[in-house]
Order: sequence, then C-alpha cells, then structure tokens
Amino acid sequence: MSILAYNGGCVVAMRGKDCVAIATDHRFGVQAQTISTDFKKVFHIAPRMFLGLTGLQTDILTVRDRLMFRKNIYETKENREMAPKPFSAMLSNFLYEHRFGPYFIEPVVAGLDPKTLKPFICNMDLIGCPNEPDDFVVAGTCAEQLYGMCETLWRPDLEPDQLFEVIAQSMVNAFDRDAMSGWGATVYIIEADKITERSLKTRMD
Amino acid sequence: MYMDSARDVPSGGFNFDNCRRNAALLQGGFKPPTTTKTGTTIVGIIYKDGVILGADTRATEGPIVSDKNCAKIHYLADNIYCCGAGTAADTETTTDLISSQLELHRLNTERQVPVVCANNMLKQMLFRYQGHISAALVLGGVDKYGPHIYCIHPHGSADKLPYATMGSGSLAAMAVFESRWKPDLSEEEGKVLVRDAIASGIFNDLGSGSNVDLCVIRKDSTEYLRNYELANKKGERQLNYSFKKGSTPILHTTIKDLQITERVHVVPMEIS
Amino acid sequence: MNSLGIEQFPDYKVPGVQHVDFHPYESNGGSVVAIAGDDFVVIAADTRLSSGYTIHSRDQSKLFQMSSRTVLGSTGCWCDTLSLTGLVKLRMQMYEHTHLKTMTTDAVAQMLSIIMYNRRFFPYYVSNILAGLDKDGKGVVYSYDPIGHCERATYRAGGTAGSLLQPVLDNQIGYKNQNVPADQLPKLTKERAVAVASDTFISAAERDIYTGDSVLINIITKDGIEEKTLQLRKD
Repeated sequence: MSILAYNGGCVVAMRGKDCVAIATDHRFGVQAQTISTDFKKVFHIAPRMFLGLTGLQTDILTVRDRLMFRKNIYETKENREMAPKPFSAMLSNFLYEHRFGPYFIEPVVAGLDPKTLKPFICNMDLIGCPNEPDDFVVAGTCAEQLYGMCETLWRPDLEPDQLFEVIAQSMVNAFDRDAMSGWGATVYIIEADKITERSLKTRMD
Repeated sequence: MYMDSARDVPSGGFNFDNCRRNAALLQGGFKPPTTTKTGTTIVGIIYKDGVILGADTRATEGPIVSDKNCAKIHYLADNIYCCGAGTAADTETTTDLISSQLELHRLNTERQVPVVCANNMLKQMLFRYQGHISAALVLGGVDKYGPHIYCIHPHGSADKLPYATMGSGSLAAMAVFESRWKPDLSEEEGKVLVRDAIASGIFNDLGSGSNVDLCVIRKDSTEYLRNYELANKKGERQLNYSFKKGSTPILHTTIKDLQITERVHVVPMEIS
Repeated sequence: MNSLGIEQFPDYKVPGVQHVDFHPYESNGGSVVAIAGDDFVVIAADTRLSSGYTIHSRDQSKLFQMSSRTVLGSTGCWCDTLSLTGLVKLRMQMYEHTHLKTMTTDAVAQMLSIIMYNRRFFPYYVSNILAGLDKDGKGVVYSYDPIGHCERATYRAGGTAGSLLQPVLDNQIGYKNQNVPADQLPKLTKERAVAVASDTFISAAERDIYTGDSVLINIITKDGIEEKTLQLRKD
C-alpha cells in the first residue's frame, strides 16, 4: 500500500459554465480503521478559491499551513488578492522544492479568477507537476473510480445546479466502491456572486 | 537563517527536511508513491532550413492517463525549444530553470544564445544530480552555426544527431526516421515525417497517446504548432447523463453571498 | 541506505551472467462489462491485447460463447484465459455427451468456480465474468476472483478498467444514490443496457491505457446471441 493511501480520502473538482465545483469526502482513518468522519480535505483559502489536499493527513495540514503562510506574504507584499493561477504555480514550486523528500499529498485547486471570474481547476502529483485540463481533476484513494464516473457524467457548459448533481453523483458513487474514502461528503459550488456549500447524505459504511 | 527556516521562507534549491522521515516511513513496508510520468514519444529532426520537434500529449500515472493534452515541447529561448520525457515535474522544472538561465545569459552577452550552450547547461545540471532528476530530453534549435538536435539522457550524457527520438515510443518513432529520413528535407516533407513518427508512437506505444504537437524552428522564425493534429477524439456517448434536480440527497445547504462591488474589464496587454 | 549496490547500475552488470527468475504470469489487459435484464443479458469486452507498453493485438475477442445461452468474458493472463476456457468447453462437451443436454448457465457457473479452485495454490490469473440466461430464461451475471470465488449479480465490471466502470454501473444501472425508492426503479431495457455498456467503454478507453481499439458486445436472448461492435480510441 502506498503512503498516500494511509489515511484515505478523495477530492474532485469540475469546471462548469462560469462556475466551478469542488467536493471532498469526510473520512479520516488509519489504514482500514476509521478514526473520524468529519475531516474535510478542502480548505477555503480565498474568497473564490478552494484548495483540496488528499494523502497523508499530517502532510495535508502542514502543507496547508505553509501555503497559507506563503500566500499571506504574497498578499501583504503585493497588496492584492492571489488568483488561482499564481497560487497553483506557487504550490507547484513548493512541492518541487521537496522533490527528494516530498510531502505525501496530491493537491487540487479550484476557483474563479478574482478579476476576470474565469473558472480555473488544477491538480498535481506529489512533486508538483501541474495539470490544468478543461473538464475535471481528481485525487485520492478512489481516483480510478472517480475517473470512470467523471469521464461518463461530465459534459461541457454545465449550469451550477446540474454541475452539483454531476459532481455529487460522481463522488458518492466512486467512493462507495472504495473502502478508504466516504463517510459523508461536502460539495462547494463557486459562482461569481455566491458560494454554495452542500453536505450530502451518503452511506456510512 | 535559523529564523528563516522556522518561518519557512524559501531559501532556493531543494529542501531535504522530509528525507529522514520519509525513509523511515518507507521502511515500514509502504510502497513509494507514483509520480506523473510522461511515457512519451518525443522526436526532433534537422531539415533544410532548420529543425522540427514533435511530441505526443499523454501523461500517465501507472496505467491511468492523468493528462490527455499536456504540452511536452518546452520553450527555452526564441530559437531553442526542448521536448521532455520522464518524470513530468522534472522535465517541466528543468527546462524552466534552464530557460531563465539562458535568458540571463543572453542579456549578459548581448547576443543570441547558441544551442550548444543550452545543451551544456542541461547536461551539466543533469549530471550533477546523477540521474536522480529523471528527464530525458530532445533539444533542438537554430543559431548562427546552423540547425542542431541534441539528445540528452537523464544521467547527463548527450549526443548530437541529425534526427533523434526519446521516451517509451522512441523505437516506434525511430523506425519511421530510419526508413524515411534523408538530408535536406523540405519543410512540408519534414512536418509529415515528424507527424508520422509521433503518430507511430501514439498508436503503437501505450505510454504515448492523444494529439500531435509540432514546433518548427527556422533560421529567423519559430512556429509552435500546438495540437497540430488531433489524432484521437473522444467517442460520442449514446446517452445523456443529466440528473433530475434533487437526485442527490442533501443534508443541509449553506450559501455564502459574495458582494460584487466593482466590475473589472480586462484588456489584454499589447505585446509588440 | 544502500545506494551503491550493483542493482542501482544495471548497465554495469557483468555481461553473460544470467539471472533466471520464474515469472509465470503476465497481465495482458482488457476489460469486461456485463449487465443482466429480465429476459436478456448484455456482455461487452474490448478487443485490445497488450503487455507492458506494447499492443499485441487490436482485434482479439475476449468473449467466449460457451453455449447458445452462456457467454464467458475473460481477461488477465491471456494464456491462462485460453487454457481455462478450453478446459471449460471440453467439460461442457463431456457433460453434453453424458447427459444428452446442454449445461445451464448456473451449472457452468458452478463448474467454473470448481475448476478455478482446483488451482488454489497456482491459480489461473484471470478475471472472469460469466453472463447468460438461467433455466427460467432470466438474465444472470456471475463474477469470479482468480481462485474461484463466485458471486451472482445483475451487473458487473471486471479487468483492468473494472474499478473505473463498476461505480458507473452502480449509478446508471443500479440507480444507487439517486433518491429512487426501491419499488420505483425503472425497468432496464435492452437498448439502455447496450448504450450504457458502450458508453462505459468510451470512458474507460479515455483513461485506461490497456482498454481501447474496439468493443465487442454480445446480447443474449432466448432467440440466440446477437453481436455488435463499436470502435474506440486506438492510442
């Protein structure tokens, strides 16, 4: 088993029409044993930007804190909000800095550009190779299941309501086939004027 | 310095803080995680007026495709481009780093940087890291000494060749070159040849796939043909997978309103 | 840390020294999907045969028609698949000559499980899905692990893209997590089963490097077996 699967969990982000969605499960476990069912792996880091981190839980928290530190330095120096694109460039550099002693995480960034309000999604491997497709990105122990679901359900220009159904169905059905993720899920839909957070009713086994 | 590391201010270069911990974790019987690799077919040829580089666009994580349309031809300088195969993060950052060093070099020397200089910088860097940076590169460019193709291996050895291939699809692509490459090809012939070499990698090697990227570098112009050919399109789904609103059971919803106080109209910068 | 062992320098090993290891298994890739309805069953498999990064064949059916109402889909180590299906066919023929009737799907399912468990400690490296009509004419799907554990289901995905496809079937055939009460589930039609099976393969070909080229679909009804093919990505 890979260390990335030690604590379990998954994150998925999708692009819609003028909106993006990001979803996380709630499980925190140690191998097969579930410790807690309210650990959300997605963090709200700017008004219209979320960061999802899967992998080893200790590294999830460390990386989140270190990134927030660097982001705050940037925002203080530049006196402007950090957009998703430079944020993921910073994240990529941070991870590659630790090329030979990596943090065991797989990040996902989703958000709208604060100025242009263009949707942005991005994921990386644990040493920071960025991937910015125009459909969806996945990470976590049930990445394969998520690829299958998203590849079937996603289509271009989804409206926020449909985007919610698609991302929720993708995530819930994917983690029902994975013992290491699940136990509740939260979906965030980011639009220009609002952020909708919905927690889902899922199987708890 | 001490304060900086406590505050995690990046000091430049690699950071080895986690190595000891990671070695201990891996000793516990865990497999090291997989990184994104570009299985890859990358090629380069010399033709009559310059060089043509080519690449596929698939990135894989084990048997799963992680990126269907990634760019593997990287910019080094206006007259030099470089294709990368191997660990995706390594090729990406190595070429970025050398690109910035080449630009500084150009500003210092006030002349166009020769291709051999890029080759030296790349291979010296890779040799310094003793193959731990797994980047296999095909470097191509045109300078005042003419067109050049270099093939650089992860351990830092390099060959100067008239036509080169790298990556898991290198044999498939080389088979095309060995049968059809000849000196002084025209640009059209060259493009077709490179396209065919990449296509043979895409279709016959499972590590390579999706589209064909080309980059034509002539004596005083460069043409980056991203997605020159969409060799593989996604199949048409027969059903429409839309859900009735309310299909997914929801426990509770919270809506956070974002006040929009100003609208910004972005005008793209004019680049002359 | 042992960083200077000869294993770190494969290029500098003494030439001529051969290390003879026994690797009896190889994964030749491929995926199978089967969906059962009330009076039909659909089974589909891709036609790519590969190992490592090379493609051996782009047109190799992984579906074996065992009788007019039973089809076996088998992926994994191709030589094991051939050997196993050959043996099953032989045993079915012997049964037919002894009992003067064709084996039912349920009987084939049970026999397959026993044949595979016979090799408990040197198993056939295959992922099997058996689809057919049972003795009442109802569609059934049986799925197996490599040592013969057998499970009856109504839909199942297996092979290299099995983990990608199974949740899609849960969602689109089983209507899981869709707030649909158990007594209001729409009845599965043959057309929908075929469409979902084809669409899942289109998705699998996008992301699984071992699945592609084309997909072969067998539709088993009481009138016989209908075959369809659909082209997939070739990269």
